Amino acid sequence: MEILVASSVGTLTAAGVYLILRLRAFPVILGLALLSYAVNLFLFSTGRLAIDAAPILNPYGEASYTDPLPQALVLTAIVISFGMTAVLVMFALGAYLEAGDDSIDVESPDPAEKESGA
Amino acid sequence: MILDLAEWRMSIDSSFLPIISLLPFLGALVPGLMIRAGRTACATFTALPTFLALVMLLILAPGVMRGEVYTAEIAWLPQLGLSASFFLDGLGLLFAVMILGVGLLITLYARFYLSKDDPMGQFYTYLLLFQGAMLGIVLSDNILLLLVFWELTSLSSFLLIGYWKHLPEGRQGARMALAVTGAGGLAMIGGMLILGNIVGSYNLTDILAAGDQIKASDWYVPALILILLGAFTKSAQFPFHFWLPHAMAAPTPVSAYLHSATMVKAGVFLMARMWPALAGTEIWFYLVATVGLITMVLGAVIALFKDDLKALLAFSTVSHLGLLTMLLGFGTKAAAIAAVFHIINHLTFKAALFMTAGIVDHEAHTRDIKRLGGLARLMPVTATIGTVAALSMAGIPLFNGFISKEMMLEEASHTYWFQNPWIVPALATLGALFSVAYSLRFIFHVFGGPVRDDYPHHPHDPPFGMYAAPALLAVLVVVIGIAPFLAEPVVKMAANAVTGAETKPYLKIWHGINPALFMSVGAILGGAVLLALHRPLDRAWIAAPRPEAKVIFDGLVATVVRWTRGISEALHNGAISRYLAYFVTATVIVGFAAYQGGALGAPTREMLPVPIPVFFGWLLLIIATATVVILHRQRFLALVVIGVVGLMVSAGFVYLSAPDLALTQISVETVTIMLLLLALHFLPKETPAESTGLRIGSDAVVAVAAGLAVGLLAFAFMMRDFDSISAYHLANSYKGGGGTNVVNVILVDFRGYDTYGEIIVLGIAGLAIFALMEALLSGPAGARLRNSSYDLDRSRDRHPLMMVVVTRLMLPIAIMVGVYIFLRGHNQPGGGFVAGLVVSIALLMQYMASGFAWTTRRQKIKYHTLIGLGVLVAGLTGAGAWLAGRPFLTSAFGYVHLEPIEEFELATAALFDLGVFLCVLGAVMLMLYSLSRMARHAGETVNKEPMGYDPSRAVESLRKKAE
Repeated sequence: MEILVASSVGTLTAAGVYLILRLRAFPVILGLALLSYAVNLFLFSTGRLAIDAAPILNPYGEASYTDPLPQALVLTAIVISFGMTAVLVMFALGAYLEAGDDSIDVESPDPAEKESGA
Repeated sequence: MILDLAEWRMSIDSSFLPIISLLPFLGALVPGLMIRAGRTACATFTALPTFLALVMLLILAPGVMRGEVYTAEIAWLPQLGLSASFFLDGLGLLFAVMILGVGLLITLYARFYLSKDDPMGQFYTYLLLFQGAMLGIVLSDNILLLLVFWELTSLSSFLLIGYWKHLPEGRQGARMALAVTGAGGLAMIGGMLILGNIVGSYNLTDILAAGDQIKASDWYVPALILILLGAFTKSAQFPFHFWLPHAMAAPTPVSAYLHSATMVKAGVFLMARMWPALAGTEIWFYLVATVGLITMVLGAVIALFKDDLKALLAFSTVSHLGLLTMLLGFGTKAAAIAAVFHIINHLTFKAALFMTAGIVDHEAHTRDIKRLGGLARLMPVTATIGTVAALSMAGIPLFNGFISKEMMLEEASHTYWFQNPWIVPALATLGALFSVAYSLRFIFHVFGGPVRDDYPHHPHDPPFGMYAAPALLAVLVVVIGIAPFLAEPVVKMAANAVTGAETKPYLKIWHGINPALFMSVGAILGGAVLLALHRPLDRAWIAAPRPEAKVIFDGLVATVVRWTRGISEALHNGAISRYLAYFVTATVIVGFAAYQGGALGAPTREMLPVPIPVFFGWLLLIIATATVVILHRQRFLALVVIGVVGLMVSAGFVYLSAPDLALTQISVETVTIMLLLLALHFLPKETPAESTGLRIGSDAVVAVAAGLAVGLLAFAFMMRDFDSISAYHLANSYKGGGGTNVVNVILVDFRGYDTYGEIIVLGIAGLAIFALMEALLSGPAGARLRNSSYDLDRSRDRHPLMMVVVTRLMLPIAIMVGVYIFLRGHNQPGGGFVAGLVVSIALLMQYMASGFAWTTRRQKIKYHTLIGLGVLVAGLTGAGAWLAGRPFLTSAFGYVHLEPIEEFELATAALFDLGVFLCVLGAVMLMLYSLSRMARHAGETVNKEPMGYDPSRAVESLRKKAE
């Protein structure tokens, strides 16, 4: 099982990194979405894996529980990463509508042009 | 109960200390307002806090004179050894009185000096800020606190020096002062931290008591050099002396304050303060005394050839600071006494001289000595003050400068420099000689000689208020000069504090016939001769090539700027994909290096078995991920496939005992996909193929390396046991938090602070998106949007009837589910986050099916309000804990049993969770709402209303027809 989770994290990371290295805004957003899956899974996995051991306390007897702390951290991370994606999407949209192009690299590295607000 | 009166008195007195250091900062708020009441009122309200602080100090003075040391400590960050602790001993009292006393005089003087066009409120605010910073330095008992105040003086002096913002010299001078003293301050931080590490405490009193330990340490020399760098830059010691003359572009009150009593004396103060801890070693002597000696001679020589009155005084200040530094460098008790005495004397005559120069400038409209002369007839009062102060600066008998200069020469006369007995006395005499020359020049070339008729403005004595301050100082000059024993107790008090031992200063005018007397006589005669020869010497000086410090400094700055610009432009060239590639590669390499360096133990856990369905789930995830990468150019397809990835991740969470995560993931997934679909409507539907094969290859290598690294790291993690704080949460979730869903209890209780921060971030993200959209729609993008046509991908039926009906039916059910999830959250999977997401999905469906306009019409509460309410509810719940005397966000709970319902729980944490719910709902809705507004903006072409056939409207229209 551990191998499956680790390989999923690895595959998601690799795909995410490859996509964020693309030149257009949309693949970068997709890449970031994949990277957030990877990061969330990774954080979750630091609590080690357990089956049928949800951290819901059983009032009627002894039971084993998995580590709840990474889960709490990941839960907020999931929500926050949604917020981040939304802001990025907005940037991408704004940039595309203003510039007519969703390329993420600034074409001209000429500082004079950059300073004049181009 | 008998009160120990003495002790009680002591604690009251000590509590003055933080108030004294705070007063100027509080007072700094006032002048900016009071300026509306007029200039005099403004000056009065500036003087008030200064005066109050001075009174408090004077109340404490008798105790300090008796040898008591007052301390006050307020713990601030005890973990870092940082506390707001203050102490007052002889040295601190001397400096504090000087700072406040001269501050009062400067306040008075500036009232008359500044013109009507100058923003006076600003000036006084800066002045008080600076005064507070200086006061903080001399009263701090903690070296970290001292550093804070030290940096504050650099910053506030920057404001003061650059006060005349319209003058380029002012701005440049301020920048130079900040660069030099700021850089020195940074070095000093390093030195002080080393010092703290050696002693094991950042308290000054501990450090001063640990002098032997410090001097024996291997780190003594680096600490000394770093601290001296700070002191030398502040006190304008060679080779950092160049900033001080350029700071003369400031208004004269600033110069008088900064360069007589305060800013530049901070360096001297620091050396005096650290004297017991650092002085007395060979390296101290050779570094400090030598630098002081060079500065003294150099400053005096340059001062003689300056035509600008203030420049002359500036270099004279540099020279006198050199003298003080040298005396402290000697490391003997007698030299320390001389230094303390000269600090007082220099303050009196130099402040008076600066103010005199300011009066001359103010009245004659020039400070150029070559255009002045004969002012004694025109402004006799000013001339008298200036002459008295300048004679003291020259070291003429019966003025206070004479006595301390004699003491300095006496000390120099028996100081050996590398076994050489004459070099220090000779150079000291030379410095004194030039000092006499420029002082006499100040008198004779400005006030002496015939009255001229070509002054830029006809000068006469200023109003009383303007010369009152320098006149008072001139009186002090004469009084101390004639009756030096009056100053003895003060000097003794400060010198005791500097040396940390009992001293017996013996101040008198006539010391008998000794080497110092001959040196003094020689200096005075030589100085007079130099002045007589000034004209030819001046010509030679002007003709001689001299290094110009400002050109060198500017060149240095320009070079550094060129370098940094080269580096940043090479790295920061606008290609985001390149930065990301560098970042990922660097992270992988650093991680690999860490792996190489650390020792990874053997795995301690067994692997869990893999059931067949789980394996297929995994396979689906891998295939979907690969598909996203391969198909990423077809954006719609990629979006659909990425949904599969999200679903599989949620399923994974379900299987691996994380029901809360699964719930959250699946609802976030839904919302995200909706968001991306909406966005994609306005974006190109396909990504053009731009990357070269080489680029794809290299990106793939980087990506696979990163993936492998993260995968292996995760695997290593999962195969090993380690201890964490998780067990605590499991054990206390029910007992302490009253809930059985440990994840939820962690979120709303144990780590409530984090959650509170996170909902605020989410709220800000929502508002930011709203604001962005607002700006976008009103700009050129809005016009572009209105003019583009999206006919191709638009469905013919905007509001499919089936969908409209189903979503309306679903709405109450979905909201019920949301409420259910929310209520069970504390004990079963669920909670505010998930509930917020579920309800927002239910609402979003209305937008999708029935349209923006229809839904907005029915919306009662604005989403902004929801966000605000959420944060407010969570915050108030947290603050409620204060009422019970607990820290912020402490939760309380109890069980209630009401017939006929089963026993249930009431917890404040549920209220907090309600805040989370509201905030999440508001933020998510605001985000999608903003995006949909864009869709509305793009224009509507097909059926505008949901339910194209509305029976009620048909009836309506029939009735109208009938009428």
